[in-house]
Amino acid sequence: MSTRPLSPHLSVYRMSRYTVATSFFNRVTGVGLSAGLLLLVYWLTSVAAGARAYAHAQRLLGLPLTRLVYAGLIVAFCYHLIAGLRHLVWDTGHALERAQSRRSAYLVVALSIALMLLLAYGAWRAVVRAL
Amino acid sequence: MSLRSPLGRVLGLGAAREGVRRWWQQRLTSVALVPLSIWFVVSLLALPSLNHATVAAWMSQTWTALLLILFVVIAAWHSQLGVREVVEDYVHGAGSKALTLVVVSFAHVLLAAAGVFAVLRVALGAAP
Repeated sequence: MSTRPLSPHLSVYRMSRYTVATSFFNRVTGVGLSAGLLLLVYWLTSVAAGARAYAHAQRLLGLPLTRLVYAGLIVAFCYHLIAGLRHLVWDTGHALERAQSRRSAYLVVALSIALMLLLAYGAWRAVVRAL
Repeated sequence: MSLRSPLGRVLGLGAAREGVRRWWQQRLTSVALVPLSIWFVVSLLALPSLNHATVAAWMSQTWTALLLILFVVIAAWHSQLGVREVVEDYVHGAGSKALTLVVVSFAHVLLAAAGVFAVLRVALGAAP
């Protein structure tokens, strides 16, 4: 491994910049969703393992701590989805100007918060229905 | 004048034309995950209940099983590419970096295989 300086040079970034913040949060939410994938596969496996195993998994998946994880996953999913769409637009070569990028950063935050609220409402409705 | 390094010339190394492969895979998987993940979240929230019978019946439907398999495999693929990028950036030292990448790769293949197997088991009526 070479000892030359390698990107990313975390110490030189100003984390308060919207460019850094949006990019950093996209990575963090992405890694969070990877943990969510673990939860999804655990859930699918428990369904395949039969009703008794599923009942056991349901206790684990219904713990207050796990519910907190779901809230985090909703935030991560909404942000990563919208920020990912912004990246896909960039990949076509559009909206890369400084002013456009600043505007789209605010748009990403606004849209993902709207989507979070919508999902949280949907989840709440589903919980009420299941009771 | 060549811009290639003397060592690269001696070793006969050059562009393998694979430099954008991972980048392209990340875009493809992300495009596929937009409809798949929205489908998954909406169907999950639309389930009348989350008891075993309801979930198993849902997973047994042909389209559900197919889309669930696609979702798990493509999500694992996309996740692997993303986590790999983070590891490449933040884990320093050749040994620990290589080891972490091996663990990340194995874990994602295991996750994808376990997810696909679980869905198939339910969909093909082999679950207890």
